[in-house]
Formats: sequence, structure tokens, C-alpha cells
Amino acid sequence: MQKFDKILIGIAFSPNLKPNLFEAVRLANMFNAELVGVHVGEKSEEKEKNIQAILQEADFLKTKFTAIWQQGEPVDVILKTCKNEQIDLLILGALQKENIYKYYVGSIARKITRKAPCSVLLLIKPSIVRQACKHIVVNGLEDKKTEETIKTSFLISNYLNCKKITIVEEIKQEELHVKVNDDRSLRRANIAKERLETRENRRVNKILNEIECQNFIVNTQSIFGKRGYSIGHYAKVKRADLLVMNGPRKSGIIDRIFPHDIEYILSELPTDVLIVK
Amino acid sequence: MKKQSTFKTFLSEIPQNLFSGFVVSLIALPLGLGLALASGAPPISGIIAAIVGGTVVAIIGGSNVTITGPGNGLVVVILAAITTLGEGDMQQGFLYTLAAIVVSGVIMIILGFLRMGSLGDFFPSSAIQGMLAAIGIGIFAKQIHVMFGNIYAKGSIIELLLKIPEGIINFIKTDSTSIFYAGLVGIISLLIMIFYGKIRNRYLKLIPAPMWIVILSISFYAYFEYFSTADYPIEKSLLISLPNDILSNFAFPDFGKIYKMEFISAVISITLIASIESLLSIKAVDKLDSLKRRSNVNKDIRALGIATVISGFLGGLNVVTVIARSSVNVNNKGSNRSANFFHASFLIVFILLFATQLRKIPLPALAAILVFTGYKLASPDNIVKVFKVGKEQLIIFLITLLTTISTSLITGILVGIFATLIMHIIINKNAKLFFKNIIKPNVLMFKEDDIYYVSVKNFSSFLNYTKLKTKLNQIPETEEAIIDFSLCDFVDDSVMENMSNYAESFTRKGGHFEVIGLDDAEPKSNHPFALRKIMPKQINNLNKVFTKRQGSIENISKEMHWQYDPFSDIEMEELPTFGYFKTRKIQKVSNVLSNDSCTIFDVHFSEGELIAKQIVKTTMLHIHPKKNIPDFTLDKEGLFEHILHFVGYTDIDLDNHPDFSKRFYLSGKNEKQIIEFFTDELILFFESNKQYHISATKKGLLIFGNERLASVKEIKALAYFGIALQKIIG
Repeated sequence: MQKFDKILIGIAFSPNLKPNLFEAVRLANMFNAELVGVHVGEKSEEKEKNIQAILQEADFLKTKFTAIWQQGEPVDVILKTCKNEQIDLLILGALQKENIYKYYVGSIARKITRKAPCSVLLLIKPSIVRQACKHIVVNGLEDKKTEETIKTSFLISNYLNCKKITIVEEIKQEELHVKVNDDRSLRRANIAKERLETRENRRVNKILNEIECQNFIVNTQSIFGKRGYSIGHYAKVKRADLLVMNGPRKSGIIDRIFPHDIEYILSELPTDVLIVK
Repeated sequence: MKKQSTFKTFLSEIPQNLFSGFVVSLIALPLGLGLALASGAPPISGIIAAIVGGTVVAIIGGSNVTITGPGNGLVVVILAAITTLGEGDMQQGFLYTLAAIVVSGVIMIILGFLRMGSLGDFFPSSAIQGMLAAIGIGIFAKQIHVMFGNIYAKGSIIELLLKIPEGIINFIKTDSTSIFYAGLVGIISLLIMIFYGKIRNRYLKLIPAPMWIVILSISFYAYFEYFSTADYPIEKSLLISLPNDILSNFAFPDFGKIYKMEFISAVISITLIASIESLLSIKAVDKLDSLKRRSNVNKDIRALGIATVISGFLGGLNVVTVIARSSVNVNNKGSNRSANFFHASFLIVFILLFATQLRKIPLPALAAILVFTGYKLASPDNIVKVFKVGKEQLIIFLITLLTTISTSLITGILVGIFATLIMHIIINKNAKLFFKNIIKPNVLMFKEDDIYYVSVKNFSSFLNYTKLKTKLNQIPETEEAIIDFSLCDFVDDSVMENMSNYAESFTRKGGHFEVIGLDDAEPKSNHPFALRKIMPKQINNLNKVFTKRQGSIENISKEMHWQYDPFSDIEMEELPTFGYFKTRKIQKVSNVLSNDSCTIFDVHFSEGELIAKQIVKTTMLHIHPKKNIPDFTLDKEGLFEHILHFVGYTDIDLDNHPDFSKRFYLSGKNEKQIIEFFTDELILFFESNKQYHISATKKGLLIFGNERLASVKEIKALAYFGIALQKIIG
């Protein structure tokens, strides 16, 4: 299980700065974590004042706030700070496509997400007023990292006081081994599907057995579809407030051309996304 | 056990299939001869294709009531192939074309193994319509000359069309009795084809129109042979020529040009048309099947490929699934593949027994059959149908039609696809929508409470329809499915047409298939297949168009004697008083269905503001009670999201109803009043019905299920729930 003791937020002087900072302070308070702000660029009095002013306005920060000023390539600076400061959680804001309610991650944030040594939280709608988190969707893929991710999401929902968790098992269509051609193969495919679903549920339940989850409403949902993509779609349809995903394995150039898993989510954020390392 | 019973039914159904096969063969005989002639191939090649196709596909095919044989779509391509490959020598050209047919059969087999049966989905429906119309015009243009006794008319489709008036004048002025009589037979045959459908005589109907033409032509010959002293007036060149020894005189393909460009292009167009025609026919015939079976398309394509290869080696044309003959089969109660087999067998009998008589059929008689077929393919009705779907569909249709006529089929269909794409981009004023999302898996399907829920994102058009289709095909047609397009910006007519087909087949098999999320999309016309673009902003639709869902809701309202106003502008004054709407802004209330005390409506509301804004659409029920009720929220134990505004109030447990308390989460400010309000009767009612979210204030009760638009069925359930609840609380 992960603990979030130190949170890093990138500070860019954009219109989103205020909601971003508010959200960061709120999270830091919830996790009882230290907050570090890093600004890529020159330090100036005006900027510093600006930040202080916002922090004054925000909730009272129970822990320490450190500001780091450093010049250089944004990606490098942030990644380096993550390492040097031993950050547990990095908060990044998402961008919105013009006048439609679609969110995506900018190129810089995308690079950071891929390489970050720590967990990353992508916020699509940082807000000044607190929005309660009511429903968390977690991936339950068959993967080494999944157990850790599920445990972490329970920890987080504890902090966020979220009561409803849905664990989504994405099953590759190919695993079905039955192609639907006519009525008979359809029947066979449905039987095979049920079998796979039971198997996946059993696997997830095994993980859940080790977690104290009496206080939560835990659902499991099996989806046959492309990994990474269908869970995002599901989170959107179900209007979940947070989607928790496994961290990416190494992603090369090919993954960007033929996106998979996490890359799908990055190109179209369905909701706030936490990527657990 | 089961095996034996199917074998028994098979045996018991043999007589009806035998009969059906016989009737089909009556059509297949003249059509086979005619299609082959029109293709510029020896007449026997069409019969060979039908015989081989009927036999092979009946044995190894994957469909049930289809009939296979030479197809009318292929006439134009094969004629073009014979002409170009033969370079003037039709006989040699035919041998080269046979090789192309064999190769195309091999490709079909491969397509079948690669499960490319879905290839047909990539063609937008208006473009296919345009292509079929072009084929129709092609057949018509050539055959009308033959019908008037001129078998030497040559030229491109457009030239041939322009020569028609000249052809008619020549026919009237002709001084050759042979041409005159031949043309006369042709015209009478055409009249038979046209008026046959209007005759309702049972006995005449026993024999299909093409066979009447054959019978009458042969009688015409018999009259001259046995009764009249005059000679048969029609020259041999205007009669069908069949080889003398039909069973040993097969033409053999010549693979000499296999590496030539024109050979390859012939193979491509033959394969393209053969597979499109077959796929369309298989799909259409499945709709006719009285036993509601689902064809195995890929297996069928494979079988057609194998049949084509064999047919090609024996000197026959391509084998495709043909719609007209298949529907005759269904109408005559053909119930399994044996009908196809019997049709082939009867053809063998005919060709062996009546070869001499068949040789007396004048070509114009067969041409008349084809003129009629061609006209049917390109009939103005089809154009009107396309136009009804939308202006832009007509443009696509015409572009495809004209390009196909003036160039070739491949260019035509490619231009049609391209035109469709451009049209979609123009309508959306957005090309990125298509290019960025085309490879994304945009369909999500999951099963929830035994309902299959399918959500489609971004856009849904012919470009990515396969993705939707593979998901939909996994739903048994006896189940309930809801297709939600509310996350889609654009849905095109090909998809809408397919959705309507699915809905039809679900209804046929006792399931339920419903499309939601399109009520506030702007359709291009009021045709159910019209393409829809979903408006990003709230727009008061000027051309208010009924969706199918709205139609169904209207029907419910009539059934239950409720009022229905699909485009109500009334503000629901009570709504904002509900705690649920404290944090949500109501944008629009529509589809209002109401009686004295209950109102069901679709409400569009937004959550969050500015960038965080999300538009949500939900169907809700509002009850105006006569008595005062305490404020409370009742929910499925576990749905925490609705009760945020009640934080701090815990679950009220009703002492003597542990089961109720376990399943429901009840909360509210005035605990005493609430406990009083929940009588045993009310609790029993809640326990025995579907669990909805219910929130109550003095202004009434607000009831809804999931936070999405309800399907028509769900609306009905909601209405009955409301009526019953209303009775209890008074």
C-alpha cells in the first residue's frame, strides 16, 4: 500500500493556478501530507506574492509548504524534483478541448506522466469549492501492480471519504477464443464469457479478502474490450469522480503511435485520474 | 437425441424444399441464361454457376434459405473484363475472365477464413445504393438494344443510353422480319415482366414471370414448327446457342494474363462486387427467414469462394448469393439449404432434357428480363428513397452513380466512400473528429441488471461501424439491449439504418433493442435513417422532429391515457426545490408525459460550472401527492451519491422491518414523521418493487432510476410504479 506523505504540484501562472492550488492544499490536508510547489522559471517577488495570496485564501494548510524555483526544461525539472524531494504524489492539471467537455493531457504533462517515478494525479476539474468524491473506479486487470493499486485506492477513498468503489476487470476480447458467427457460436461465446467473468471476479475477490472493505460498497464489473480504453469509457458513463489505474510499464515510441492502456486515458481523460506507481 | 430430431425435421421438410427448389429453378434457368448472355459469356456459363453454386453452397454454406448462382451485379464487371482482356476476341476474353473468376474465388475463400465478412460494412449505404443503380443502368443500357433485336450495339454505358431513341426508330423502320419478330417477342416479354406483378391469379402465379417468357417463346417456336407452314421467322443469330454436348464441352480458364494490370483490376472488381452483393443478400435474406436463424456469413463467403473456383474451372460464372431468387425460395416455404440443392438438381434436369427447346428462345426475350431487372435496380423509387433520408445522401448517391457509369466500378465505389467522408466532414465542420478518433475503440458494452448497455463515443459512422457491430453481434437477440449515443457527436445514416435492422431482429426474436441519446440530436431530415449530428450547445430546434423513442412514448401515453408533450417548454417549478437539484442546474425539460398527479419527463441538467460543467440527461417521475409528506430520501442501500445534501443524517432504521432497512437507505430530518409515514403497506410496496431513488419534499416525490435517459420500457415501468405508489400514499 502506498502512502502519500509528500505531494508535489507544478506551478504555472495560468488561470487555473488558483483552483489547482486550492485542490492541492485540500488533498495535502486530507492525506496529512507535506506540499511542495515547483515553478519552472525565474523567481520573482511578484510571483511569490501571488502564490502566498492564493494560499492565504485557501483552506488552512496543516502541514508545511515549500516552494522550489528552478529554471530549465519543465519535464526534466519536475521529474528531477520528484526524485530529489522523494515525492509520493504528483498533481497535474489537464487541459480542455475548446468548448466541448473533453479533457486531455498536454504534451508536457504526458511526458511527465510516462516517466514519473511516483504516483500521478491528473485533475480535469480542479475547483475552488470542494467537490465531494462519491464514486471511485479502479482497474482490476490481471497484472502484478493491480493488487497494490486496489489497496491504494481503498486508502485514498478512506481519506476522501468515498464510499463506493467499483473494480473494473477489463478482459481482452481475444481471451474469449470463441468467435460469434451464428446462433450456436453465440451461445458458446456467452458461456465462455460467464466463465471468464467468474474467474476474474474470483481473482479480484482474493485481493479484496485481504483488505478491510466492510465500510465500502464494492462492486466488480467485467468488461470485454480494449484495455485502458473501456475503463475510461466506463468511468465516463458511470460518471465516476476518480479513476485509479496501474502505472504504465515502459512506453516506447510505438505505444504513442498505437496507443494502449494508459495512453488512451491520457488522450481523453474521462474524469480525475490517479496513476499508481 | 437432438441430432435425430433435427434429422427428422429435415426429412419431413424435404417435400416443401423440393417444391421450393423447383420454383426457384424455373426462375434460375432463364435468369442464368440471360445474365450470362448479358455478361458477354456463353449462356451455359450462367447455368453452370447456378448448378455448382447450388450444390456446393448447399453442402458447406453457412446460411439457411439463400439461393446461390450468377448475380446481376456482376454482369457489368464481367462484360467489362471480357471486353478488355479479350481485346476484341470475346471467346478468348471469356477464357481469361474465367481465370479472373477462379482467382477471385480464391480471394473470397481467403476473405472468409480471415473473417472479413465485415468488409461490407465499410461501404456507406448511399454509396452502395448508387453503385447498384449504376449497375442497373449498365444492364439496362446494353440490354434494351438487344431487346429490340439489335445484338451488335456497342459502346460505353452513356453512348448506349444515348442510342436508345435511335434504336427504337431503327426497330420500327426495320425491314428484316427476323429482327421485327425478335423485337416483338422482346417487347411482349417486357410487358409480361411489368404486368406479372399486378396479376393476382393464383394459377398464373404458380409459374414465375421469366418462366412464362420461356414457355411462351418455346410455344411460339412450336407454333411455327408444327402448325404454321411458314418457317420460324427469327434467325439463328438471335437465338440462344448452347453447346451440343453440354456435359463434356466445358470451357477451361486461360491463366495467360495473370500478371497483367488489367487482369488484376478485373479480379479486384469481380471480387468486390461478388462479396458486396453476397453480403447484402445474406443480410437481407436473414430478415426473411421464418425460423429467425442467424447466418454464418464468413462460412458462407468461404463456400461461395469454393463454388466460384469450381464454377470457374468448369467454364461458369461467379457464384454469389442472390436476393431475388432467395426471396422466391422463402415465399415458397424453402426452409433449409436443401432447397438450394434441389434448385441446382432441377437445373441439371432441365438443361439435359430440354436443351433443344431452350435453343429456340430468342435473345430479346431474355434481354427483356434483364431490362426489367436493370430498371428495378436503378428505379426512380430508389432515388426517392435515398432522397428521403437526406439531401446529402442524394448527392453521395449521384456522385457514386455518375462516376461508376462514366469510369469503372472500383473508381465509382471509392469516390462514393470518399464523397461520404467529405460530406460528413462538411456537415460537422470538423475533420479532426473523424481522423483523431477513427482507430479508437469507441464502443463500451457491459451487462448490468441483465440488460446489455452499449455506449458509443465520439462518432459512429460507416468508418467505425464494425466496432459497434462486433459488440452488438454478441448480444443474443432474445435479451434486452440499450444503445446509448449520447456521448456521440455524430451518427450517420448507415449506422442508423443498421440500428433499425437490429431493433427489428430483436423484436422478431422476442428481445428488446432500443436506441437512446439521440432525442436532441439534429437530424438532417425526418426519415428514421437520417444522419444525426448532436448539437454541442442548447438549441431550440426549429424543425422539431420526432425520434422513434418519442413516437413510442406517445404510444404509451395513448395506451395509458396520459398526456404527452414532446417539446414542452414548461418550467418545472417544483424541481429546484428538490435537494437533488440544489447543486445541479436544470437546462431543459422535455418529453413530458403526465396525468393528473404524475409527470414523467426527461430532464437535462448540468453539474458543476464552466470547465467542470457536465450535461446529464435523466428520465424522472414526479408525483404530486394530495397529502403532506415529510422530507426524506429513500435509496438503494449503497447509492451514496444522491444523498450528499443530507450529510449528517444517518440511516433511519424501521424497527420491525429489518429486511427493508437492510436494502434501503432512508434518511431525512424529521425522523418521527418519517417513521409514521412509512406504513407497513408502503414498506411492502417498496420491498416488492424495483428500487428507485426517491426524494420527497412537501412539493411532491421525485423518482428516478439510473442517471440516464430511460428506455421506453423503463418509462412504462416507472409510470406503473408511480401510479401504484400514488394509490398507496393517497
